[in-house]
Amino acid sequence: MMTGRFFAGQGDRRVTIALLVLLAAAAIVPLLALALPADSALHMPPYIVALLGKYLCYALLALSLDLVWGFCGILSLGHGAFFALGGYSMGMYLMRQIGSRGVYGNPLLPDFMVFLNWKELPWYWYGFDQFWFAALMVLAVPGVLAFGFGWLAFRSRVTGVYLSIITQALTYALLLAFFRNDMGFGGNNGLTDFKDILGFNIQAQETRAALFSGSALMLAAGVFVTWRIVSSKYGKLMIAVRDAESRTRFLGWRAENVKLFAFTVSAIMAGIAGALYVPQVGIINPGEFEPGNSIEVVIWTAVGGRATIVGPIIGAVLVNTAKSWFTSALPELWLFALGGLFVLVTLFLPKGVIGLWEQWAQARLSRKARMADAAALPPATIVRVPSRSSGGSAGTTVEPQPAE
Amino acid sequence: MSRKSSILYLDGVSVSFDGFRAINNLSFVVDRGEMRAIIGPNGAGKTTMMDIVTGKTRPDEGEVFFNGDVDLTRHDEAEIATMGIGRKFQKPTVFESHTVEDNLVLSLKGRRAILPALFQRRTPDERRRIDEILGIVRLGDKRDALAASLSHGQKQWLEIGMLLAQDPKLLLVDEPVAGMTDAETEETARLLKDISATHSVVVVEHDMHFVRELGVRVTCLHEGSVLSEGSLDFVSADERVIEVYLGR
Repeated sequence: MMTGRFFAGQGDRRVTIALLVLLAAAAIVPLLALALPADSALHMPPYIVALLGKYLCYALLALSLDLVWGFCGILSLGHGAFFALGGYSMGMYLMRQIGSRGVYGNPLLPDFMVFLNWKELPWYWYGFDQFWFAALMVLAVPGVLAFGFGWLAFRSRVTGVYLSIITQALTYALLLAFFRNDMGFGGNNGLTDFKDILGFNIQAQETRAALFSGSALMLAAGVFVTWRIVSSKYGKLMIAVRDAESRTRFLGWRAENVKLFAFTVSAIMAGIAGALYVPQVGIINPGEFEPGNSIEVVIWTAVGGRATIVGPIIGAVLVNTAKSWFTSALPELWLFALGGLFVLVTLFLPKGVIGLWEQWAQARLSRKARMADAAALPPATIVRVPSRSSGGSAGTTVEPQPAE
Repeated sequence: MSRKSSILYLDGVSVSFDGFRAINNLSFVVDRGEMRAIIGPNGAGKTTMMDIVTGKTRPDEGEVFFNGDVDLTRHDEAEIATMGIGRKFQKPTVFESHTVEDNLVLSLKGRRAILPALFQRRTPDERRRIDEILGIVRLGDKRDALAASLSHGQKQWLEIGMLLAQDPKLLLVDEPVAGMTDAETEETARLLKDISATHSVVVVEHDMHFVRELGVRVTCLHEGSVLSEGSLDFVSADERVIEVYLGR
């Protein structure tokens, strides 16, 4: 019965395919990278594994933004902050794993603290030598911040551009705070020079492959959770709040709580993405709080297609692949290309790549129907287009509304 | 008239926006089970009155009681809605990207907690209730249609259906026939009369033909207070009403 629900509807089919692809990638990429000899045509070099792993983290970040923006109408321009906080939590664990192998050989204090002449570990660094504690903080720090921020903002009914602006201010404030050496997070340089994760060498090919698989599995989990949320009654409520907030209030729903839940879940997902990102790129610094980063996430989501589950993943991978190519081939043109892309998508592809695909599929379907009509001319037959496909049976095929 | 037996009781209510008195010492009472029509020129304070009753706007002074003893000025929109006041907006407001059925699902009376909604399944009871409402608002064949694809009149009906799904004690209906064809208007009058058999209803409307069809007590508002009240014939014969609203 459960599987029956799994394969219902068009949006649901796409989600199923995405889940299968991610699970397959989690299994196959390590094989290609590790089991095949280096001269084999199918061998995957380590830098590609790391690059793909990074893209998957970005995809999870874009998915988390889509949960609040696409489905609940909250345009957060500060989602990078939650990503970075998850990243810092993981970075602190990795710093403490260095132990006495740092440049200064201090068994307790990370190098930058020795350099600043600090004598003891600040209290908020306690516990980060334990992986379970760091993992908990990866969820808790972004989650609690989002909950507190959302509680204040949504209760005061801050919506639309005003909300977007204060999310932007939030990430900017964190950027400035983390730049300061006194904060105890490595200031300008951030956290880097990691050695081990869970006792494995972080540079080893095996560890990199495992991190890739971890990212793919986490993204699959994110897709699954988002999909369950969106297709539940609560998910319908999110879309209702997006489209007609006051109507939900007059029906007795607390719109602020609907938003608060989505915002908190989304921040936790972004935090997980950041935590997986840091060991794969080997550094976390305040630059991750840059407001521009958060805006880029919005572009990935828009390019892929917001208010769809698969869209943001496709968008994140596409735009970042383009970025990798541009920044090596035509570095000075990248920002123009990104800006141009955003304008193009806003003007011509309001539903992103997924919307384009849907249009194309629909056009093909109606062409087929017309041809079938023409073939069966003498007795006028009615070709039925499956009504479900356009009916939006899951919350995943609906038209996104402009964000207030 | 006593407060205890009323469904809605306003006494000496005033509210100003930036110095403009939208509601000025407004008092009127709607009895339990009554249907009342409210008429009045633009800016008479009809919509503001509804904002006050539904908790969107707080009055500067005055008393607003629901069901005899509930002080509405102490509650917000969501609380007032769950206590049993349903509101239809002037411009039909439905969830356009949901199906007609889902619109009703979200409106059905029941728990309004967020987390249980994550795991809630539709019960046979709810399904029956939805069937029933779809029948009442004449949308039985539109169940799986997106609300966005409905005609203007059908959206108005869907919104009334959503109100019914809430099973409120009092319905506030703001201009239900604006933009409707004559046939739809008649149908809506019949619909509201059916509803008023089991609910208290307050209807704001400009269409005098429609108000006549309803055949209920009429309150005419002007500049934020009651100008005249009584049967439609009585009110439309009132010199002051003719002067400010109906035209000579």
